[in-house]
Amino acid sequence: MAITEERALESGIDALVHPDDEIGVWKRPDSNRGWTSWLTTVDHKRIGIMYGAVALFFFVIGGIEALVIRTQLAGPEQDLISGQVYNQFFTMHATTMVFLFVMPILAGFANYMVPLMIGARDVAFPRLNALGFWIFFFGGLFLYSSFFLGGMADCGWFCYAPNSLKQFSSGHGVDFWVLGLQITGIASLSGAINLIVTTINMRAPGMTMMKMPIFVWMSLVAQVLLLFAMPVITVALFLLMFDRLFDANFFNVAAGADPLLWQHLFWIFGHPEVYILVLPAMGIVSEILPTFSRKPLFGYPFVVFSGIAIGFMGWGVWAHHMFASGLGPIGVSAFAASTMFIAVPTGVKIFNWLGTIWRGNIRFDTPMLFALAFVGMFVIGGLSGVTHSIAPADTQQTDTYYIVAHFHYVLFGGSIMGIFGGLYYWWPKMFGRQLDEGLGKVHFWINLIGFNLTFGPMHILGLQGMPRRTQTYAEGMGWDVWNLMSTIGSYLIAVALLVFIYNIWRTYKRAVPAAADPWDGRTLEWSIPSPPPIHNFDVEPTVEHLDQWFHDKYEETLDGKIVKRDPAPTLLAEPQQHSDEGEPIWPSSVHMPSPSYWPMVVAAGLPMISFGLIFHLAISFVGVTVVLAGIYGWSLEPSAEERH
Amino acid sequence: MTSPQPPRVRPSRVRFGVLVVGLGLLLAACAENAPQDTLEPEGPISRQIDDLVTPIFWVAIVIGLAVLAAILYASWAFRRSRQGEDYIPPQIHGNTRLEIGWTIAPAVLLAVIAVPTVSTILDLADRPADAMDVTVYGAQWWWEYEYPSTSTRGPVVTANELHIPIDQPVHLTMTSRDVIHSYWVPKLAGKKDVVPGRWHTLTIQADEPGEYFGQCVEFCGASHANMRLRVIAHTPDEFEDWLDHNAADRTAPPAGSLEATGEDLITAKGCTTCHVLRGVSTADQIEALRGRLIRVDGDPTPFAPDLTHVGSRGTFAGSLFDLNIGELKAWLRNPPERKDGSLMPNLNLTEDEIDALANYLLSLD
Repeated sequence: MAITEERALESGIDALVHPDDEIGVWKRPDSNRGWTSWLTTVDHKRIGIMYGAVALFFFVIGGIEALVIRTQLAGPEQDLISGQVYNQFFTMHATTMVFLFVMPILAGFANYMVPLMIGARDVAFPRLNALGFWIFFFGGLFLYSSFFLGGMADCGWFCYAPNSLKQFSSGHGVDFWVLGLQITGIASLSGAINLIVTTINMRAPGMTMMKMPIFVWMSLVAQVLLLFAMPVITVALFLLMFDRLFDANFFNVAAGADPLLWQHLFWIFGHPEVYILVLPAMGIVSEILPTFSRKPLFGYPFVVFSGIAIGFMGWGVWAHHMFASGLGPIGVSAFAASTMFIAVPTGVKIFNWLGTIWRGNIRFDTPMLFALAFVGMFVIGGLSGVTHSIAPADTQQTDTYYIVAHFHYVLFGGSIMGIFGGLYYWWPKMFGRQLDEGLGKVHFWINLIGFNLTFGPMHILGLQGMPRRTQTYAEGMGWDVWNLMSTIGSYLIAVALLVFIYNIWRTYKRAVPAAADPWDGRTLEWSIPSPPPIHNFDVEPTVEHLDQWFHDKYEETLDGKIVKRDPAPTLLAEPQQHSDEGEPIWPSSVHMPSPSYWPMVVAAGLPMISFGLIFHLAISFVGVTVVLAGIYGWSLEPSAEERH
Repeated sequence: MTSPQPPRVRPSRVRFGVLVVGLGLLLAACAENAPQDTLEPEGPISRQIDDLVTPIFWVAIVIGLAVLAAILYASWAFRRSRQGEDYIPPQIHGNTRLEIGWTIAPAVLLAVIAVPTVSTILDLADRPADAMDVTVYGAQWWWEYEYPSTSTRGPVVTANELHIPIDQPVHLTMTSRDVIHSYWVPKLAGKKDVVPGRWHTLTIQADEPGEYFGQCVEFCGASHANMRLRVIAHTPDEFEDWLDHNAADRTAPPAGSLEATGEDLITAKGCTTCHVLRGVSTADQIEALRGRLIRVDGDPTPFAPDLTHVGSRGTFAGSLFDLNIGELKAWLRNPPERKDGSLMPNLNLTEDEIDALANYLLSLD
């Protein structure tokens, strides 16, 4: 654990033991080079990159599913795929986008950026961090293995009981879904704990909570939400799993159960989940807007506290997903009111973003375009959200395409625009190479137009009564034109994504080295070279201000003008040095945690346990053995070996 | 890294985009006839909801356009190409009064909206005193309706097409026989989930005689998209006639006719194992089928529509198909092929059998 190392250094005692290299089965990995080093790395930056890469892979998969769905719906009464297959596709589209794309890529951003932004050398628990990634990775593969093993889940991402019970979904798809989400849930929980501890304990000297970069704040709120939301879905998934595997009758109505129990549990998790998906993206946007406007975030404390307010109020609005489920008028009224008022802190954020760019000096690089699009699209999604809170009107809107339009404006127009903005913004920092601006702008405009063409017409479709989750619709319902438009838009989004992928490839091929601080950034990650050295900071930074790096670069003259400091501040780290063998070298005063196989071993056992629960318990036994062996090896292994 | 290019914003294009989107929305407002349009209510309940939300839609549109305009204006007015690459604006950290203002203003606006919302919620929850009662059962993937018996006639049981009188609230008491469904006729009322093990209520009402479209809106499995329904509103007199007609048993076909062969096949092929056909089903069969409320795991007998007056309906199989000889024959040839996941199995009927059965079913008016 990184903190220990620093304490050992401070006390001047070499507290680190030097155990046998031969612990366990393998020699402990010690290299930071080659592809195998990615399997054993505990470096928060590499883990962040792996989260991002795997998440983008799943984004493509989920996008292909969306394209199949949109192709099926391009015209009325098409039968490209059957109802059964369609149900699997929309189930896995949502499951993938929520659990395998947006959550992990935001975890990737947090992993990479939080330590850099708070001036730390790693996260609090580096091996736990690696464990979280590998659990997510194997969990995602496990979920999708159902595609080859008899069919994917067909119960919708909300998987309402009793439709999800064995009686109505007899294949193994739902079992894969339940167990897969349990596995990825462990990843989210461990990541949440890790990032919370990191944020609270490892900030650079002087960085009080109210001097933390806003992304760190929003990420912290999201992690706290995860910490409390994941246990709820875990319980719900266990109940469903027991029903399916052991006939436990938690949701079996014929045995006296009330299936609404599932809905409450699911949405008590599910609504905070929405904020888990969007708060970090709001944080990204709140970093980009000030940088490209050359102004501090307007009303930082208001943005922080409105984020926290959303985090609290997010727990009190879940039943607005259930206005038609028979709650009774008092319950409906209460949740209608709470849903209305969660719009207040959200509105505060939007006004503050406007205040940030107002009277700024705005540069329209690709990250800024995505950030501005985030604000605009999120306003639309937020306002349609307010119309849902009019509960009687929601009984006309819910389960129609109006809802599909709403949450895509919030999650695609919101989260994914923020994610793309973040990718363009931090790509030079992460890889030391600048993504092509021209292609970036092409990507942005096609994406923005495609997005609005896809999801804009869905507002109309929903208000014209088209239900969601339907694989076909009749002619003469007035839905044909809008569906065709929407399908064309979805292909445009796919084109935009291809442009982005091409941009990555071209950036990889034709490397344009990025400066340490290409955007004139304001926070600490821009005070070190791109990419950062393995230990991040040669010297622990000291913080006096919010936007410390801006204050390092600029000063106010006596007549109130802001001018560049002369000389410019030196970077807080030397660029990465390599030995003759290509091993990275870091200053001798810095001691980093060593790589380890064990997180991957422990993680690999979990899908085996799950396969066993579905097919044969003997496989579970092997899985448990692997997990226990991994934990055993891990516990005998010190966090860091002495370097030779 | 090379210094970034100065911005090239073309506000005229942005405005053009706004114009196009705006025109698109206008076109949407006058789109062709959409039979499930929530914005064109044709009954007082649906209209009450529409009246509540329409002003809120407009307020939302105005606020949305104002914010979008502010973003575009700021992007144009404060662009770097206008203000110079070296200009560093004053580092304003906030304005407390402004921020308290834009916290309180939306809160007040929402509080104002909350008042009519809550009063409408409470209003719609009441059962109107003059309402007529119908029991609704949802099942994969069709609807069953049961009208209570009166002193002059027995109960009426029918499927998919709900017949109601105009200008009278109809109070539906609903449950499901398997998974969760949701009952929705957009022009007449909002939706309400139909949940197994629970009885939920929903009031609908139509202004004019005619046919109203609806469908199941809670995801319920392979044929969720095919679980449609109609509401057919009559003048009160016509409605009473409909009830009386449907309370009666089926009219027996003339002996020796094709229809009579069809009726024999109904029994011979085991149709009455799942379907009730009053006049053909035995009393025991009817009692056994009507006595079940929910499908228990392992029960081989699915719920199936009452066929007594099937020929008088306009649609069948969850209002998925128009009722005519061609569709009916195609259905009888292989139901699961016509409707994903259909619980009616392929009975491997011969063409002669299909012909007789289809003609018989159509004769059951």
